[in-house]
Amino acid sequence: MTDILTVRGLSARIAGQQVVEDASFDVAEHGVTALLGRNGVGKSSTIKALLGLYERSGEVTFDGTRIDKLMTHRIVQQGIAYVPEDREVFSQLTVEENLRLAERDGAPNRAVVAALFPELIERAKQQAGTLSGGQQQMVSLARALMNENRLLLVDEPTKGLAPLIVGTVTKALEAAAERTPMLLVEQNLQVVRALAHTVIVLSGGRVVHTGPAAEFLDSDLVHRHLGVSTDEEAA
Amino acid sequence: MSIIILLLITGVGLGALYFLVASGLSLIYGLMGVLNFAHGSFLTIAGFIGWEVGRRVGDGTWSGLLIGMLVGVVVGAVVAALTELVFIRPLYNRHIEQVLVTVGLGLASVALFEGIWGTDPIQIRLPGWLGQTTNVLGANIPNDRWLLIGAAVAVLLLIVLFLQRTSYGLVIRAGVENRTMVTALGIDVRRAFTIVFAIGGAAAGLGGVLASVYYGQVSAHQGTSLLIFAFIVTVIGGLGSLTGAAIASVLVAVIQQFANFYGGWGDFAVVLALALVLLFRPTGLMGKVKH
Repeated sequence: MTDILTVRGLSARIAGQQVVEDASFDVAEHGVTALLGRNGVGKSSTIKALLGLYERSGEVTFDGTRIDKLMTHRIVQQGIAYVPEDREVFSQLTVEENLRLAERDGAPNRAVVAALFPELIERAKQQAGTLSGGQQQMVSLARALMNENRLLLVDEPTKGLAPLIVGTVTKALEAAAERTPMLLVEQNLQVVRALAHTVIVLSGGRVVHTGPAAEFLDSDLVHRHLGVSTDEEAA
Repeated sequence: MSIIILLLITGVGLGALYFLVASGLSLIYGLMGVLNFAHGSFLTIAGFIGWEVGRRVGDGTWSGLLIGMLVGVVVGAVVAALTELVFIRPLYNRHIEQVLVTVGLGLASVALFEGIWGTDPIQIRLPGWLGQTTNVLGANIPNDRWLLIGAAVAVLLLIVLFLQRTSYGLVIRAGVENRTMVTALGIDVRRAFTIVFAIGGAAAGLGGVLASVYYGQVSAHQGTSLLIFAFIVTVIGGLGSLTGAAIASVLVAVIQQFANFYGGWGDFAVVLALALVLLFRPTGLMGKVKH
Protein backbone atom coordinates (compact mmCIF):
# COMPACT_ATOMS: atom_id res chain seq x y z
CA MET A 1 0.00 0.00 0.00
CA THR A 2 1.43 3.42 -0.92
CA ASP A 3 1.23 6.45 1.30
CA ILE A 4 -0.69 9.69 0.84
CA LEU A 5 1.21 11.50 3.61
CA THR A 6 4.85 11.09 4.58
CA VAL A 7 6.15 12.79 7.71
CA ARG A 8 9.86 12.92 8.49
CA GLY A 9 11.44 14.51 11.56
CA LEU A 10 8.40 16.62 12.43
CA SER A 11 8.90 18.83 15.47
CA ALA A 12 6.51 21.44 16.79
CA ARG A 13 6.59 24.08 19.48
CA ILE A 14 3.93 26.07 21.28
CA ALA A 15 5.13 29.21 23.04
CA GLY A 16 8.68 27.82 23.05
CA GLN A 17 7.59 24.46 24.49
CA GLN A 18 8.44 21.35 22.44
CA VAL A 19 5.21 19.37 21.92
CA VAL A 20 6.21 17.13 19.00
CA GLU A 21 9.76 15.88 18.65
CA ASP A 22 11.29 14.33 15.57
CA ALA A 23 8.16 12.35 14.66
CA SER A 24 8.29 10.26 11.49
CA PHE A 25 5.38 8.24 10.13
CA ASP A 26 3.31 7.54 7.03
CA VAL A 27 -0.40 7.61 6.35
CA ALA A 28 -1.69 5.07 3.86
CA GLU A 29 -3.65 6.23 0.84
CA HIS A 30 -6.62 4.07 1.84
CA GLY A 31 -8.48 3.47 5.09
CA VAL A 32 -7.90 4.79 8.57
CA THR A 33 -4.55 5.26 10.28
CA ALA A 34 -4.98 5.89 14.00
CA LEU A 35 -2.65 8.14 15.97
CA LEU A 36 -2.67 6.93 19.56
CA GLY A 37 -1.02 7.79 22.85
CA ARG A 38 -1.73 8.83 26.41
CA ASN A 39 -3.15 12.25 27.19
CA GLY A 40 -0.74 15.06 26.49
CA VAL A 41 1.76 13.13 24.35
CA GLY A 42 1.25 15.43 21.37
CA LYS A 43 -1.37 13.74 19.19
CA SER A 44 -3.49 16.84 18.60
CA SER A 45 -0.34 18.93 18.37
CA THR A 46 0.95 16.62 15.62
CA ILE A 47 -2.25 17.15 13.62
CA LYS A 48 -2.05 20.90 14.14
CA ALA A 49 1.62 20.93 13.18
CA LEU A 50 0.80 19.05 9.97
CA LEU A 51 -1.74 21.78 9.20
CA GLY A 52 0.71 24.57 9.97
CA LEU A 53 -1.33 25.77 12.92
CA TYR A 54 1.76 25.44 15.13
CA GLU A 55 5.32 26.52 14.47
CA ARG A 56 6.97 23.41 13.06
CA SER A 57 10.03 21.95 11.33
CA GLY A 58 10.65 18.74 9.43
CA GLU A 59 9.45 17.35 6.12
CA VAL A 60 5.80 16.74 5.34
CA THR A 61 5.00 15.40 1.88
CA PHE A 62 1.41 15.11 0.74
CA ASP A 63 0.83 13.03 -2.37
CA GLY A 64 4.30 13.91 -3.65
CA THR A 65 4.14 17.64 -2.76
CA ARG A 66 6.02 19.22 0.13
CA ILE A 67 3.54 21.09 2.32
CA ASP A 68 5.63 21.89 5.38
CA LYS A 69 6.35 25.44 4.24
CA LEU A 70 2.79 26.25 3.19
CA MET A 71 0.32 28.35 5.15
CA THR A 72 -2.65 26.53 6.65
CA HIS A 73 -5.22 27.59 4.07
CA ARG A 74 -2.91 26.48 1.25
CA ILE A 75 -2.42 23.08 2.90
CA VAL A 76 -6.18 22.62 3.23
CA GLN A 77 -6.66 23.70 -0.38
CA GLN A 78 -4.39 20.80 -1.40
CA GLY A 79 -7.24 18.53 -0.30
CA ILE A 80 -6.70 18.02 3.41
CA ALA A 81 -9.72 18.47 5.65
CA TYR A 82 -9.57 18.95 9.40
CA VAL A 83 -12.06 17.93 12.04
CA PRO A 84 -10.80 19.57 15.22
CA GLU A 85 -10.93 18.34 18.76
CA ASP A 86 -13.91 19.99 20.53
CA ARG A 87 -15.70 20.47 17.18
CA GLU A 88 -15.05 24.21 16.95
CA VAL A 89 -18.24 24.97 15.07
CA PHE A 90 -19.01 28.65 14.62
CA SER A 91 -21.60 28.94 17.34
CA GLN A 92 -23.04 32.29 16.19
CA LEU A 93 -23.59 31.04 12.63
CA THR A 94 -26.40 28.77 11.52
CA VAL A 95 -25.77 25.16 10.56
CA GLU A 96 -26.24 26.11 6.91
CA GLU A 97 -23.72 28.97 7.23
CA ASN A 98 -21.20 26.65 8.90
CA LEU A 99 -21.46 24.27 5.98
CA ARG A 100 -21.45 27.01 3.33
CA LEU A 101 -18.26 28.41 4.81
CA ALA A 102 -16.58 25.03 4.30
CA GLU A 103 -17.51 24.77 0.60
CA ARG A 104 -14.32 25.10 -1.42
CA ASP A 105 -15.23 23.24 -4.57
CA GLY A 106 -17.55 24.42 -7.31
CA ALA A 107 -19.64 21.31 -6.70
CA PRO A 108 -19.77 20.67 -2.95
CA ASN A 109 -20.86 17.25 -1.68
CA ARG A 110 -24.17 18.43 -0.29
CA ALA A 111 -25.88 15.15 -1.20
CA VAL A 112 -23.27 13.09 0.66
CA VAL A 113 -23.61 15.29 3.74
CA ALA A 114 -27.41 15.19 3.55
CA ALA A 115 -27.37 11.38 3.31
CA LEU A 116 -24.99 10.99 6.25
CA PHE A 117 -26.52 13.68 8.47
CA PRO A 118 -30.17 14.28 7.52
CA GLU A 119 -30.69 15.93 10.90
CA LEU A 120 -28.41 18.78 9.89
CA ILE A 121 -30.55 19.57 6.87
CA GLU A 122 -33.60 19.77 9.13
CA ARG A 123 -31.70 22.10 11.43
CA ALA A 124 -30.15 24.21 8.66
CA LYS A 125 -31.45 27.50 10.07
CA GLN A 126 -30.59 26.71 13.69
CA GLN A 127 -27.68 28.50 15.34
CA ALA A 128 -24.86 25.98 15.67
CA GLY A 129 -24.14 27.04 19.25
CA THR A 130 -27.58 25.78 20.31
CA LEU A 131 -26.97 22.24 19.00
CA SER A 132 -26.10 19.30 21.25
CA GLY A 133 -22.50 18.07 21.38
CA GLY A 134 -23.32 15.20 19.04
CA GLN A 135 -25.03 17.48 16.54
CA GLN A 136 -22.09 19.88 16.66
CA GLN A 137 -19.78 16.96 15.93
CA MET A 138 -21.94 16.16 12.90
CA VAL A 139 -21.52 19.76 11.69
CA SER A 140 -17.78 19.50 12.19
CA LEU A 141 -17.61 16.23 10.24
CA ALA A 142 -19.98 17.52 7.57
CA ARG A 143 -17.73 20.53 6.98
CA ALA A 144 -14.85 18.17 6.26
CA LEU A 145 -16.93 16.02 3.92
CA MET A 146 -18.32 18.96 1.98
CA ASN A 147 -15.40 18.90 -0.47
CA GLU A 148 -13.61 16.19 -2.45
CA ASN A 149 -10.63 15.88 -0.12
CA ARG A 150 -7.70 13.51 -0.41
CA LEU A 151 -7.01 13.20 3.32
CA LEU A 152 -9.03 13.73 6.49
CA LEU A 153 -7.33 14.72 9.74
CA VAL A 154 -9.82 13.86 12.47
CA ASP A 155 -9.04 14.75 16.07
CA GLU A 156 -10.93 12.92 18.85
CA PRO A 157 -14.32 12.89 17.13
CA THR A 158 -16.08 10.90 19.88
CA LYS A 159 -14.71 12.85 22.84
CA GLY A 160 -17.42 13.68 25.35
CA LEU A 161 -20.24 12.13 23.30
CA ALA A 162 -22.99 9.82 24.57
CA PRO A 163 -22.55 6.14 23.56
CA LEU A 164 -25.46 6.29 21.12
CA ILE A 165 -23.95 9.29 19.35
CA VAL A 166 -20.52 7.60 19.33
CA GLY A 167 -22.12 4.86 17.22
CA THR A 168 -23.55 7.41 14.76
CA VAL A 169 -20.25 9.24 14.49
CA THR A 170 -18.33 5.99 14.03
CA LYS A 171 -20.63 4.99 11.18
CA ALA A 172 -20.16 8.40 9.56
CA LEU A 173 -16.39 8.07 9.90
CA GLU A 174 -16.53 4.59 8.38
CA ALA A 175 -18.50 5.92 5.42
CA ALA A 176 -16.11 8.84 5.04
CA ALA A 177 -13.08 6.53 5.18
CA GLU A 178 -14.45 4.53 2.27
CA ARG A 179 -14.05 7.63 0.12
CA THR A 180 -11.05 9.34 1.70
CA PRO A 181 -8.03 8.18 3.71
CA MET A 182 -7.99 9.35 7.30
CA LEU A 183 -5.52 10.09 10.07
CA LEU A 184 -7.56 9.64 13.22
CA VAL A 185 -6.69 10.70 16.76
CA GLU A 186 -8.94 8.73 19.07
CA GLN A 187 -8.95 7.70 22.74
CA ASN A 188 -11.85 5.27 22.40
CA LEU A 189 -10.11 2.03 21.47
CA GLN A 190 -13.34 0.37 20.40
CA VAL A 191 -13.71 3.04 17.75
CA VAL A 192 -10.09 2.50 16.77
CA ARG A 193 -10.67 -1.24 16.52
CA ALA A 194 -13.74 -0.66 14.34
CA LEU A 195 -12.06 1.73 11.94
CA ALA A 196 -8.28 1.60 11.86
CA HIS A 197 -6.00 -0.74 9.95
CA THR A 198 -2.77 0.84 11.17
CA VAL A 199 -1.78 2.51 14.42
CA ILE A 200 0.95 5.02 15.15
CA VAL A 201 1.70 5.40 18.84
CA LEU A 202 3.21 8.56 20.28
CA SER A 203 4.95 8.98 23.60
CA GLY A 204 6.65 12.17 24.74
CA GLY A 205 6.10 13.71 21.32
CA ARG A 206 7.91 10.84 19.58
CA VAL A 207 6.65 7.87 17.58
CA VAL A 208 7.28 4.72 19.64
CA HIS A 209 5.31 2.15 17.69
CA THR A 210 3.84 1.67 14.22
CA GLY A 211 2.01 -1.40 13.02
CA PRO A 212 -1.28 -3.14 12.21
CA ALA A 213 -4.13 -2.00 14.44
CA ALA A 214 -5.55 -5.42 15.36
CA GLU A 215 -2.12 -6.75 16.28
CA PHE A 216 -1.43 -3.77 18.52
CA LEU A 217 -4.83 -3.76 20.20
CA ASP A 218 -4.56 -7.48 21.02
CA SER A 219 -1.10 -7.22 22.53
CA ASP A 220 0.23 -5.99 25.85
CA LEU A 221 1.61 -2.98 23.99
CA VAL A 222 -1.76 -1.35 24.65
CA HIS A 223 -1.06 -1.42 28.36
CA ARG A 224 2.55 -0.37 27.94
CA HIS A 225 1.91 2.60 25.67
CA LEU A 226 -1.62 3.69 26.53
CA GLY A 227 -1.90 2.61 30.15
CA VAL A 228 -5.06 0.56 29.62
CA SER A 229 -5.63 -3.18 29.33
CA THR A 230 -7.62 -4.89 26.62
CA ASP A 231 -10.22 -5.67 29.33
CA GLU A 232 -10.59 -1.96 30.08
CA GLU A 233 -10.89 -1.29 26.37
CA ALA A 234 -13.80 -3.75 26.15
CA ALA A 235 -15.42 -2.14 29.17
CA MET B 1 -37.86 68.32 30.28
CA SER B 2 -36.46 70.20 27.29
CA ILE B 3 -33.00 70.01 28.85
CA ILE B 4 -33.27 66.23 29.12
CA ILE B 5 -34.41 65.94 25.49
CA LEU B 6 -31.58 68.22 24.41
CA LEU B 7 -29.00 66.19 26.32
CA LEU B 8 -30.42 62.91 25.06
CA ILE B 9 -30.48 63.86 21.39
CA THR B 10 -27.13 65.65 21.41
CA GLY B 11 -25.77 62.64 23.29
CA VAL B 12 -27.01 60.32 20.59
CA GLY B 13 -25.42 62.66 18.01
CA LEU B 14 -22.06 62.45 19.76
CA GLY B 15 -22.57 58.70 20.09
CA ALA B 16 -23.06 58.53 16.34
CA LEU B 17 -19.63 60.08 15.88
CA TYR B 18 -18.10 57.64 18.36
CA PHE B 19 -19.76 54.75 16.54
CA LEU B 20 -18.28 55.75 13.19
CA VAL B 21 -14.81 55.38 14.70
CA ALA B 22 -15.53 52.48 17.06
CA SER B 23 -17.27 50.22 14.52
CA GLY B 24 -14.07 49.74 12.53
CA LEU B 25 -11.93 49.39 15.64
CA SER B 26 -14.22 46.71 16.97
CA LEU B 27 -14.37 44.73 13.74
CA ILE B 28 -10.60 44.91 13.28
CA TYR B 29 -9.93 43.72 16.81
CA GLY B 30 -12.61 41.06 16.58
CA LEU B 31 -11.21 39.53 13.43
CA MET B 32 -7.49 40.18 13.74
CA GLY B 33 -6.83 40.66 17.44
CA VAL B 34 -5.16 43.98 16.66
CA LEU B 35 -5.88 47.14 18.63
CA ASN B 36 -5.41 49.63 15.83
CA PHE B 37 -3.87 52.79 17.26
CA ALA B 38 -3.56 54.21 13.73
CA HIS B 39 -7.34 54.33 13.37
CA GLY B 40 -7.45 57.98 14.44
CA SER B 41 -5.07 58.80 11.60
CA PHE B 42 -7.55 57.42 9.05
CA LEU B 43 -10.11 59.78 10.53
CA THR B 44 -7.81 62.81 10.52
CA ILE B 45 -6.45 62.44 7.00
CA ALA B 46 -9.95 61.81 5.65
CA GLY B 47 -11.15 64.90 7.51
CA PHE B 48 -8.40 67.07 6.02
CA ILE B 49 -8.64 65.77 2.46
CA GLY B 50 -12.44 65.75 2.57
CA TRP B 51 -12.36 69.37 3.69
CA GLU B 52 -9.73 70.33 1.07
CA VAL B 53 -11.79 68.81 -1.76
CA GLY B 54 -15.12 69.99 -0.36
CA ARG B 55 -14.11 73.64 -0.08
CA ARG B 56 -12.80 73.61 -3.63
CA VAL B 57 -16.10 72.18 -4.87
CA GLY B 58 -18.13 74.71 -2.89
CA ASP B 59 -17.05 76.14 0.45
CA GLY B 60 -19.94 76.20 2.90
CA THR B 61 -22.32 74.47 0.46
CA TRP B 62 -24.15 71.13 0.59
CA SER B 63 -22.47 69.95 -2.60
CA GLY B 64 -19.06 70.69 -1.09
CA LEU B 65 -19.94 68.88 2.11
CA LEU B 66 -21.43 65.84 0.40
CA ILE B 67 -18.47 65.51 -1.97
CA GLY B 68 -16.19 65.97 1.04
CA MET B 69 -17.98 63.13 2.85
CA LEU B 70 -17.65 60.89 -0.18
CA VAL B 71 -13.96 61.73 -0.51
CA GLY B 72 -13.52 61.11 3.22
CA VAL B 73 -15.01 57.63 2.86
CA VAL B 74 -12.74 56.78 -0.08
CA VAL B 75 -9.60 58.24 1.52
CA GLY B 76 -10.29 56.44 4.81
CA ALA B 77 -10.85 53.12 3.04
CA VAL B 78 -7.78 53.41 0.81
CA VAL B 79 -5.41 54.57 3.56
CA ALA B 80 -6.67 51.84 5.89
CA ALA B 81 -6.37 49.10 3.26
CA LEU B 82 -2.83 50.26 2.39
CA THR B 83 -1.92 50.29 6.07
CA GLU B 84 -3.07 46.69 6.38
CA LEU B 85 -1.31 45.55 3.23
CA VAL B 86 2.00 47.37 3.81
CA PHE B 87 2.41 47.39 7.58
CA ILE B 88 0.12 44.80 9.16
CA ARG B 89 0.19 41.87 6.73
CA PRO B 90 3.97 41.32 6.84
CA LEU B 91 3.57 40.89 10.60
CA TYR B 92 0.88 38.22 10.28
CA ASN B 93 0.21 36.48 13.60
CA ARG B 94 2.65 38.76 15.44
CA HIS B 95 0.09 40.77 17.36
CA ILE B 96 2.41 42.74 19.61
CA GLU B 97 4.45 43.94 16.66
CA GLN B 98 1.27 44.78 14.77
CA VAL B 99 0.02 46.91 17.65
CA LEU B 100 3.40 48.63 17.97
CA VAL B 101 3.38 49.47 14.26
CA THR B 102 -0.05 51.07 14.58
CA VAL B 103 1.15 53.07 17.61
CA GLY B 104 4.11 54.32 15.56
CA LEU B 105 1.90 55.17 12.61
CA GLY B 106 -0.52 57.01 14.85
CA LEU B 107 2.24 59.17 16.34
CA ALA B 108 4.10 59.77 13.08
CA SER B 109 0.99 60.67 11.12
CA VAL B 110 -0.01 63.41 13.60
CA ALA B 111 3.44 64.96 13.11
CA LEU B 112 2.99 64.66 9.34
CA PHE B 113 -0.45 66.33 9.46
CA GLU B 114 0.95 69.14 11.62
CA GLY B 115 3.73 69.58 9.08
CA ILE B 116 1.24 69.90 6.22
CA TRP B 117 -1.73 71.70 7.79
CA GLY B 118 -0.14 73.32 10.83
CA THR B 119 -0.64 72.79 14.54
CA ASP B 120 -3.66 75.07 14.97
CA PRO B 121 -7.22 73.93 14.21
CA ILE B 122 -8.64 75.29 10.95
CA GLN B 123 -12.15 76.70 11.18
CA ILE B 124 -14.43 75.45 8.41
CA ARG B 125 -17.54 76.82 6.73
CA LEU B 126 -20.70 74.74 6.67
CA PRO B 127 -24.08 74.94 4.92
CA GLY B 128 -26.31 77.39 6.79
CA TRP B 129 -28.87 74.81 7.92
CA LEU B 130 -26.23 72.91 9.89
CA GLY B 131 -25.61 76.00 12.02
CA GLN B 132 -29.29 76.27 12.92
CA THR B 133 -31.45 74.33 15.36
CA THR B 134 -34.67 72.32 15.18
CA ASN B 135 -37.17 72.51 18.02
CA VAL B 136 -38.12 69.13 19.45
CA LEU B 137 -40.58 69.28 22.37
CA GLY B 138 -39.13 72.59 23.46
CA ALA B 139 -35.48 71.61 23.01
CA ASN B 140 -33.46 73.36 20.33
CA ILE B 141 -31.39 70.58 18.76
CA PRO B 142 -28.39 71.64 16.63
CA ASN B 143 -29.09 70.40 13.11
CA ASP B 144 -25.63 68.88 12.63
CA ARG B 145 -26.64 66.16 15.12
CA TRP B 146 -29.29 64.90 12.70
CA LEU B 147 -26.66 64.55 10.01
CA LEU B 148 -24.41 62.61 12.38
CA ILE B 149 -27.22 60.32 13.51
CA GLY B 150 -28.39 59.69 9.94
CA ALA B 151 -24.87 58.89 8.75
CA ALA B 152 -24.19 56.51 11.66
CA VAL B 153 -27.48 54.67 11.14
CA ALA B 154 -26.73 54.34 7.42
CA VAL B 155 -23.23 53.01 8.16
CA LEU B 156 -24.59 50.54 10.72
CA LEU B 157 -27.18 49.24 8.25
CA LEU B 158 -24.65 48.96 5.43
CA ILE B 159 -22.15 47.07 7.58
CA VAL B 160 -24.87 44.72 8.88
CA LEU B 161 -26.07 44.08 5.32
CA PHE B 162 -22.50 43.40 4.21
CA LEU B 163 -21.86 41.01 7.08
CA GLN B 164 -25.17 39.16 6.68
CA ARG B 165 -25.53 39.00 2.91
CA THR B 166 -22.08 38.56 1.39
CA SER B 167 -19.63 35.68 1.38
CA TYR B 168 -16.88 37.90 2.80
CA GLY B 169 -19.32 38.99 5.49
CA LEU B 170 -19.75 35.34 6.41
CA VAL B 171 -15.99 34.87 6.58
CA ILE B 172 -15.66 37.95 8.78
CA ARG B 173 -18.42 36.84 11.16
CA ALA B 174 -16.83 33.40 11.43
CA GLY B 175 -13.35 34.90 11.80
CA VAL B 176 -14.45 37.16 14.64
CA GLU B 177 -15.52 33.99 16.45
CA ASN B 178 -12.62 31.68 15.57
CA ARG B 179 -10.03 32.91 13.09
CA THR B 180 -7.92 29.76 13.25
CA MET B 181 -10.82 27.53 12.26
CA VAL B 182 -11.62 29.77 9.28
CA THR B 183 -8.06 29.24 8.07
CA ALA B 184 -8.38 25.51 8.73
CA LEU B 185 -11.32 25.43 6.33
CA GLY B 186 -8.99 26.55 3.55
CA ILE B 187 -9.95 30.23 3.54
CA ASP B 188 -7.27 32.88 3.15
CA VAL B 189 -8.39 35.00 6.05
CA ARG B 190 -5.89 37.74 5.15
CA ARG B 191 -8.21 38.99 2.40
CA ALA B 192 -10.88 39.46 5.03
CA PHE B 193 -8.33 41.42 7.11
CA THR B 194 -7.85 43.91 4.26
CA ILE B 195 -11.60 44.22 3.74
CA VAL B 196 -12.23 44.81 7.42
CA PHE B 197 -9.53 47.47 7.52
CA ALA B 198 -11.06 49.13 4.45
CA ILE B 199 -14.57 49.07 5.94
CA GLY B 200 -13.32 50.42 9.25
CA GLY B 201 -11.27 53.05 7.44
CA ALA B 202 -14.26 54.12 5.34
CA ALA B 203 -16.44 54.54 8.45
CA ALA B 204 -13.64 56.43 10.22
CA GLY B 205 -13.14 58.56 7.09
CA LEU B 206 -16.78 59.54 7.11
CA GLY B 207 -16.40 60.15 10.84
CA GLY B 208 -13.43 62.43 10.09
CA VAL B 209 -15.46 64.70 7.82
CA LEU B 210 -18.44 64.66 10.20
CA ALA B 211 -16.17 65.36 13.17
CA SER B 212 -15.15 68.56 11.40
CA VAL B 213 -18.86 69.38 11.05
CA TYR B 214 -19.45 68.63 14.75
CA TYR B 215 -16.51 70.69 16.00
CA GLY B 216 -16.63 73.31 13.22
CA GLN B 217 -12.93 72.77 12.53
CA VAL B 218 -10.33 70.33 11.29
CA SER B 219 -7.21 69.62 13.29
CA ALA B 220 -4.24 67.28 13.26
CA HIS B 221 -5.28 65.97 16.69
CA GLN B 222 -8.95 65.33 15.91
CA GLY B 223 -8.41 61.61 15.36
CA THR B 224 -6.29 61.13 18.45
CA SER B 225 -8.82 62.69 20.82
CA LEU B 226 -11.75 60.79 19.32
CA LEU B 227 -9.77 57.55 19.28
CA ILE B 228 -9.56 57.52 23.07
CA PHE B 229 -13.34 57.56 23.41
CA ALA B 230 -13.71 55.09 20.55
CA PHE B 231 -11.44 52.65 22.39
CA ILE B 232 -13.51 53.07 25.54
CA VAL B 233 -16.69 52.48 23.54
CA THR B 234 -15.17 49.41 21.90
CA VAL B 235 -14.17 47.89 25.23
CA ILE B 236 -17.50 48.68 26.90
CA GLY B 237 -19.44 47.31 23.92
CA GLY B 238 -17.34 44.15 23.78
CA LEU B 239 -14.32 43.83 21.49
CA GLY B 240 -15.45 42.47 18.15
CA SER B 241 -19.16 43.21 18.57
CA LEU B 242 -20.66 45.71 16.13
CA THR B 243 -23.95 45.77 18.02
CA GLY B 244 -22.04 46.27 21.25
CA ALA B 245 -20.16 49.19 19.68
CA ALA B 246 -23.43 50.79 18.58
CA ILE B 247 -25.07 50.44 22.01
CA ALA B 248 -21.96 51.50 23.91
CA SER B 249 -21.44 54.54 21.64
CA VAL B 250 -24.83 55.92 22.56
CA LEU B 251 -24.52 54.96 26.24
CA VAL B 252 -21.09 56.52 26.66
CA ALA B 253 -22.00 59.72 24.82
CA VAL B 254 -25.29 60.19 26.67
CA ILE B 255 -23.60 59.59 30.04
CA GLN B 256 -20.90 62.04 29.01
CA GLN B 257 -23.44 64.72 28.01
CA PHE B 258 -25.44 64.42 31.21
CA ALA B 259 -22.36 64.34 33.44
CA ASN B 260 -20.92 67.34 31.61
CA PHE B 261 -24.13 69.31 32.03
CA TYR B 262 -24.61 68.39 35.68
CA GLY B 263 -21.18 69.16 37.06
CA GLY B 264 -18.71 69.09 34.16
CA TRP B 265 -17.32 65.63 34.92
CA GLY B 266 -18.23 63.93 31.62
CA ASP B 267 -14.80 62.46 30.89
CA PHE B 268 -14.54 61.11 34.44
CA ALA B 269 -18.00 59.53 34.12
CA VAL B 270 -16.90 57.76 30.94
CA VAL B 271 -13.76 56.38 32.58
CA LEU B 272 -15.85 55.34 35.59
CA ALA B 273 -18.26 53.49 33.29
CA LEU B 274 -15.28 51.76 31.65
CA ALA B 275 -13.90 50.72 35.05
CA LEU B 276 -17.28 49.35 36.14
CA VAL B 277 -17.68 47.32 32.95
CA LEU B 278 -14.15 45.94 33.25
CA LEU B 279 -14.80 44.99 36.88
CA PHE B 280 -18.21 43.38 36.50
CA ARG B 281 -18.33 42.31 32.84
CA PRO B 282 -14.77 42.16 31.47
CA THR B 283 -15.90 40.92 28.03
CA GLY B 284 -18.02 44.07 27.60
CA LEU B 285 -21.78 44.40 27.13
CA MET B 286 -21.98 42.16 24.06
CA GLY B 287 -18.51 40.61 23.94
CA LYS B 288 -17.86 36.89 23.99
CA VAL B 289 -14.89 34.82 25.06
CA LYS B 290 -12.91 34.00 21.92
CA HIS B 291 -11.39 30.66 21.03
